[in-house]
Amino acid sequence: MDIRSQIGMVFHLDKCIGCHTCSIACKNIWTDRKGAEYMWWNNVETKPGTGYPTKWEDQGIYKGGWEKLGKSLKLAGAGKAKGIGNIFHNPNMPTVGDYYEPWTYNYENLFNAPEGDDQPVARPISLITGENIDVMAGPNWDDDLSGSKDYARQDVNLDKVTEQEKEAMFQLERMAMFYLPRICNHCLNPACVAACPSGAIYKRGEDGIVLINQNKCRAWRMCVTACPYKKSYYNWKGGKSEKCILCFPRLESGQIPACMHSCVGRIRYLGAMLYDADRIKEIATCDETEIVRKQREIYLDPFDEKVIAEAKKNGIADSTIEAAQKSPVWKFVKKWEIALPLHPEFRTMPNLFYVPPLLPAMASVENSKYRSTSESLWAGIEKSRLPAEYLASLFSAGNTGVINNVLKKLMAVRLHRRDVTVGDLSDKEIEFALKDTGLTGEIADDIFRLTSLPRYNERFIIPPAHKEEAKELLINTDDLKGGGGFGFKTGTERIP
Amino acid sequence: MSWIEDLISPKTRKWEEFYHNRFQHDKTVRSTHGVNCTGGCSWNIHVKDGIVVWETQALDYPLLEKSLPPYEPRGCQRGISYSWYLYSPIRVKYPLIRGALVDLFREEKRKTGDPVIAWQNIQSNPKKRKRYQNARGKGGFRRIKWDEALEIIGAANISTVKKYGPDRIIGFSPIPAMSMISYAAGSRFLQLMGGVNLSFYDWYCDLPNSYPEVWGEQTDVCESADWYNSKFIAVMGANLGMTRTPDVHFFSESRHNGTKTVVLSPDFSMVSKYADQWIPLHAGQDGAFWMAVTHVILKEFHYDKKIEYFIDYVKKYTDCPFLVELVKDKDGYVAGKMLRANKVKQYEKIENGDWKFLNIDEKSGELVCPGGSSGHRWDGKDGNWNMKYEDAENGKKYEPVLSLIDKNDEICQVTFDDFSKTKKSQRGVPVKHIDTLNGKVTVATIYDVLMAQYGIDRGLGGDYPTSYNDNEQTYTPAWQELYTGISKETVIQFAREWSVTAEKTNGKCMIIIGAGINHWFHNNLIYRAGTMALIFTGCVGKNGGGINHYVGQEKLAPMDSWGSIMSGKDWQPAVRLQQAPIWHYINSDQWRYDGNQADYNTVPENELSQQHTADLVAKAVKNGWMPFYPQYNKSNLDIVKDAQNDGAIEDDDIKKHIVDKLKSKELIHSVTDPDNEINFPRVWFIWRGNALMSSAKGHEYFLKHYLGTHHNDVAEESGKDFVKDLIWKDKGAEGKMDLVVDLNFRMDTSALYSDIVLPAASWYEKSDLNSTDMHSFIHPLDAAIPPVWEAKSDWEIFREIAKSTSKLAETHMPDPVKDVVNVPLQHDTKAEISQTDIKDWSKGECEPIPGKTMHGLAIVERDYTQIYNKFISLGENIRNGLGAHGNSYQCEDIYEEMLEDRDHVQEINGVTYPSLKDDREACEAIMQLSTLTNGELSHRAYVNAEKRTGMKLTDLIDGSQEKRISYKDLQIQPQRYNNSPLWSGLMNNGRAYTAYSYNVERLVPWRTLTGRQHLYLDHEGYIKFGENLPTYKPSPKPEAYGELKVSVAEGKARVLNVLTPHGKWHIHSTYGDTLRMLSLSRGMEPCWLSETDADEMGIEDNDWVEVFNDNGVYCTRACVSSRIPKGICIVYHSPERTYTQPKSQVRGNRRGGGHNSFTRVHLKPNLLMGGYGQFTFHFNYWGPVGVNRDTHVIVKKMTKVVF
Repeated sequence: MDIRSQIGMVFHLDKCIGCHTCSIACKNIWTDRKGAEYMWWNNVETKPGTGYPTKWEDQGIYKGGWEKLGKSLKLAGAGKAKGIGNIFHNPNMPTVGDYYEPWTYNYENLFNAPEGDDQPVARPISLITGENIDVMAGPNWDDDLSGSKDYARQDVNLDKVTEQEKEAMFQLERMAMFYLPRICNHCLNPACVAACPSGAIYKRGEDGIVLINQNKCRAWRMCVTACPYKKSYYNWKGGKSEKCILCFPRLESGQIPACMHSCVGRIRYLGAMLYDADRIKEIATCDETEIVRKQREIYLDPFDEKVIAEAKKNGIADSTIEAAQKSPVWKFVKKWEIALPLHPEFRTMPNLFYVPPLLPAMASVENSKYRSTSESLWAGIEKSRLPAEYLASLFSAGNTGVINNVLKKLMAVRLHRRDVTVGDLSDKEIEFALKDTGLTGEIADDIFRLTSLPRYNERFIIPPAHKEEAKELLINTDDLKGGGGFGFKTGTERIP
Repeated sequence: MSWIEDLISPKTRKWEEFYHNRFQHDKTVRSTHGVNCTGGCSWNIHVKDGIVVWETQALDYPLLEKSLPPYEPRGCQRGISYSWYLYSPIRVKYPLIRGALVDLFREEKRKTGDPVIAWQNIQSNPKKRKRYQNARGKGGFRRIKWDEALEIIGAANISTVKKYGPDRIIGFSPIPAMSMISYAAGSRFLQLMGGVNLSFYDWYCDLPNSYPEVWGEQTDVCESADWYNSKFIAVMGANLGMTRTPDVHFFSESRHNGTKTVVLSPDFSMVSKYADQWIPLHAGQDGAFWMAVTHVILKEFHYDKKIEYFIDYVKKYTDCPFLVELVKDKDGYVAGKMLRANKVKQYEKIENGDWKFLNIDEKSGELVCPGGSSGHRWDGKDGNWNMKYEDAENGKKYEPVLSLIDKNDEICQVTFDDFSKTKKSQRGVPVKHIDTLNGKVTVATIYDVLMAQYGIDRGLGGDYPTSYNDNEQTYTPAWQELYTGISKETVIQFAREWSVTAEKTNGKCMIIIGAGINHWFHNNLIYRAGTMALIFTGCVGKNGGGINHYVGQEKLAPMDSWGSIMSGKDWQPAVRLQQAPIWHYINSDQWRYDGNQADYNTVPENELSQQHTADLVAKAVKNGWMPFYPQYNKSNLDIVKDAQNDGAIEDDDIKKHIVDKLKSKELIHSVTDPDNEINFPRVWFIWRGNALMSSAKGHEYFLKHYLGTHHNDVAEESGKDFVKDLIWKDKGAEGKMDLVVDLNFRMDTSALYSDIVLPAASWYEKSDLNSTDMHSFIHPLDAAIPPVWEAKSDWEIFREIAKSTSKLAETHMPDPVKDVVNVPLQHDTKAEISQTDIKDWSKGECEPIPGKTMHGLAIVERDYTQIYNKFISLGENIRNGLGAHGNSYQCEDIYEEMLEDRDHVQEINGVTYPSLKDDREACEAIMQLSTLTNGELSHRAYVNAEKRTGMKLTDLIDGSQEKRISYKDLQIQPQRYNNSPLWSGLMNNGRAYTAYSYNVERLVPWRTLTGRQHLYLDHEGYIKFGENLPTYKPSPKPEAYGELKVSVAEGKARVLNVLTPHGKWHIHSTYGDTLRMLSLSRGMEPCWLSETDADEMGIEDNDWVEVFNDNGVYCTRACVSSRIPKGICIVYHSPERTYTQPKSQVRGNRRGGGHNSFTRVHLKPNLLMGGYGQFTFHFNYWGPVGVNRDTHVIVKKMTKVVF
């Protein structure tokens, strides 16, 4: 057993508003500078859709993530060796066109235009070339089913549903969409780390955050190819790759990442989980149908005395163990099993988990009249607008049983709460729903509370950073306290 | 895996300071965004090296009840983008002026040496005037010094007052609640001058007229936390995820607590995604759906099951048990006016007997006169304005009869209008014949009339529907299928689930509603239709219930003290507050393009309902129903002077003189002759808003008639043959405005078309206050940094304009003058019981009596040399007390207390006043003097309310009487404000605010005719326009609406209904031009089309298209989506014409406009009525609204794109 601590996250998609506040919180702090304009460490996608960069999920195009070779793994696209051979030509990398060409407007024209015979206007101009630009793509181009023919219908996950079902998903009675916010998954088995020829990428020991060392990065861009989520980006101005840092300067001072702080849908949860690093290989190479269940196994019960002892042996602080015990992520992922990893078949073992969305019940159209009636107050999950195959393609490597279990649990919680707060449904219906999902009224209440009522300090449990220890290894703490920050700011190539 | 190692070594990780350094910052300051998004979110602004670098949401809202989710965090994608503006290339950094104008001014000033004369010389020269007017919006800005800009503005002010009188100076700024001090800055200045404030809530079409109709309330809704208390939420016309972004979590959290959620929306919108059920009814047909829902509720739960809770509720809290007269007309009986108390012998002599109404007592069968009516409200005697089951005239207890079905004299066949099929139905209604002083009259209870209107067959004979499947008769589930496209089964299930929920929870069913409904021509009817379903199931005034309308940040919590400061009432008695929709309709000449409203407005035929809207506006102004400024075809100062020259000394003599002149028609109301230059509005101040684009219904007409510059309207004038009372000139006047001044932090459309643009401090650069409907906190805007470049706060700018104006007055208007102010009949004053019938004095139908049969007249003395001094100090009228919504309280001691703070006083002409010199002082004054933020004052207001109502109320402020909130408290944390009789929701112990819980729990009447919720509206105008009963009217037909007379859909182009709901990437037009929002959207505001329509038009996603009609054109790109239904297109409100707008092919290569380029104002005439209970004017409370949802456009692919 090799116990380590990892920061995990849960995004509750039923609550996601698709507002993108998270994206801008991140952009304002981290990527609002030259060379980084096109980067959205946090982005939000409408599903079905092709996302950003377009069709990122299609590893037939991008060759990201791991491939299983018998009992071992290999990088699908950019291994170190393969990468070095491909220094000057890495065909699996997304181009500017796959992201988008960042632009601005010549706003100055509104102030400076001399008097003329028509109104002046600010035109879009490229932030890369400075020339006029015809805007054809953006980081959120297919928002809310924009251009659904060209985008939503091309969602690679739709390959898993029948042609008929697919067409129905774009008709009134069956139409569906939801939002998928994405950041770096800070994976347990990160392909980016493995792919970097410079050894610039590492997982932090204390919290598992994956970082690209900006001094060591040599612009190989293998991480860009290797990350199947396309969450590593190349800074075209500074010539280094960059990615989500999980706002470690905030975490270290007891603040949650900016994207989570700003999540006005209150969908985000963060907390530590203890896991057994010895089992990474075994689980990353397991059979695809088992991968969700197996990944859950790697996270250990933080209340188990044996786990605690082993953790201490590995130098994990008491405060971290306590944080892991309070972790909301632990509850969603392990205890209640209602949060799932995104595309676990990429085999990077992501640490960001999603509670899948409920949508309005399916309807029918008869004599050109729209009918949406149900047998009880709510329709069952079999009347869900999203085919289980579609959600399974996203969150369970195709296993629809996993999806149905989660959705049934979410419905059971609602039925139970209806019973408690109104009492207009039959006891039989309530009992069946709980029994069918193995929930009790108490667990249902716990799920409800953490879903509906949580305050800031319940959604986020940050393990204390113990910076004093980290710094003590370098210098005397007294010096640091009095002397910290003195000295001239030294610029980088990027920021003068 | 061997290649993956966890790294701990501090040495190799030293580089991490790369990101640490970026994050480190120097301070955070609390502020917010004043943008009328209704969010009212508290933000922390982060400053690094003296530069604002980013903002994050505040998380420290005080908690409400434990059972409710917390408010944190609040703030959306738009708000978090705000810091982009501060140093952006679109920031207005210096005062700017149109080059053509400044050249003319400098030349004249050089010649004359006097700025006022210089201004007069330009204005009296048509060629010079045309020269700079024609340059508006076409570039040529020049940077000038503040001093020169202020001098030009001051000169225009004084010149205008001298020549035309002060009511030609106009200001527009929207929604004070979002930054109330900044609003007050301009309005205080204007009102001290005698200028005019234009209303906004009605003009924006945010005012839900059904609220005044039903409750006598502008708008009162629950805070968003109360959504969570609901157990059945129906959403319509509100895209919560999109527009209520910081609040929508309560909706989804409520869902996980077992609440059923249903969304009515034609498109698969963001909020549809969260619903349990999505009902995609045809656009604008929500009213039909709700009429049928109520049909099922009344049939099954009122008639079949008679749910006790529902029956008791309507008896106690609504007008249902009141008696209405049935009068015979040519078709038989029809429902008329409510039976007045003084019509029967026993109440013949009572005070205000025309305004007291009758019930029948269950036990004795006798007539009773319940307290709480408007007559009781304005009685000399206190204590009867309540909803107790007591006859207010004799104190006898009673129990009202709700229905006469078991004890009637007769069943009468009564005629009901079916506007859906334009036919009439006869339906049996149980009646009584009552002896009155005028003989026998036939009466029914309102409840029985409603049962018949809704088609509930109770065996009374007549044209009742035979079953739910009957689609011939109104208002069955099968009938609604014809209009909504939704199956009857869906409606029936909805109505049953709704009713069962309401019954089990005592009223926890809720409607959340928004602009998507309120912008339809018949919005009031659609709202009323939904409201009926709520009231009949006892869901109003209950936590988790009610119709909750969120369209604009209308709730200015400390209204009582703020109202006085913003209007200068601390100095003077009368103000000029203008209903904007009628003002723009008349002044921007849009009335000239309007035909007879009866052609598109479905109305019964009678002499009142067949008139041109402009004539009805003129009637409304003359009768005192609506204000209109400019007032007369002569300067008001000269009118008073004339009176004085004719020997009038006392104010009453002056008024009499004016009435005589009006009667003899020597003096004409400006409203009847808007194209006469004597009646033009002249100087227009715009601040905190985008008056020329976002809200400018008929934007192109603004460009033509106000500005006199280029425009894209090609509409034909069609008013000539219909108007009788307005003077028709062959050509509508163009370029009415002498000067347009815009205060702005960004170069938006209004700035681009103004003559002078003044750099305004942004929301992170000044002190101000913010409150909203969405939560119950008051919180600040505060300066994270001082105003950048040459920017100044709005307060400072208007203060400086006041100074330059007063200075010029020393030469040009050194002596005090007298001004006459026309005062409309006002809600919450005794004037609301002044006109029982419609009579027009100008047509000789009655005598003109100011304040009774016509508007009031007030004489106000103005000293233009003292405008600045008054602006910066709080006047002594405050000593007489404050109040709002009919409440009042004494506050002289607080005024004295303020004088003791010697650091914050002004010495003026030897007298000391509390200082209002800077914005922070204005914030403090408002908080010291409001019941919301000063518990002692709230206690005093409750004491007065106890006297009026005879009910115990002061306990509502128990525990908070000592509470006083200061600006400093707000800087630390948002503060929840007090209970106050100013507002109708009770908030004790963390209870969520919900409207009317005060009325329901404390039996304090609504401010309506009967004091109850009005299901029946008996105003003569309502009867004549066919809206006395809740009803369904079809949307105006595009061919009659008159916007596609010239424009034709050629080739593959199609006519579509264009919807302009609020969008995702902007709040109105703000944020829409930021790089953030433009990057996350499509770089512009596209036109959303259905796949089918796009296919038929040969349009692919991202193709350029023109969206146009006779009014104008907007050029944009297509966004083709399967979530849009066929037949409609969506252009989200509100793009600007400042970015990415190419030249239009259909309009001869002229730059395209915005979403208001294809709109024109259409007013609904019955909303003009006044002087009658809740149908009485108040600023932003009553009057027609600027609807735009019924607009149709042609969408056409562009073949060539030219910038």
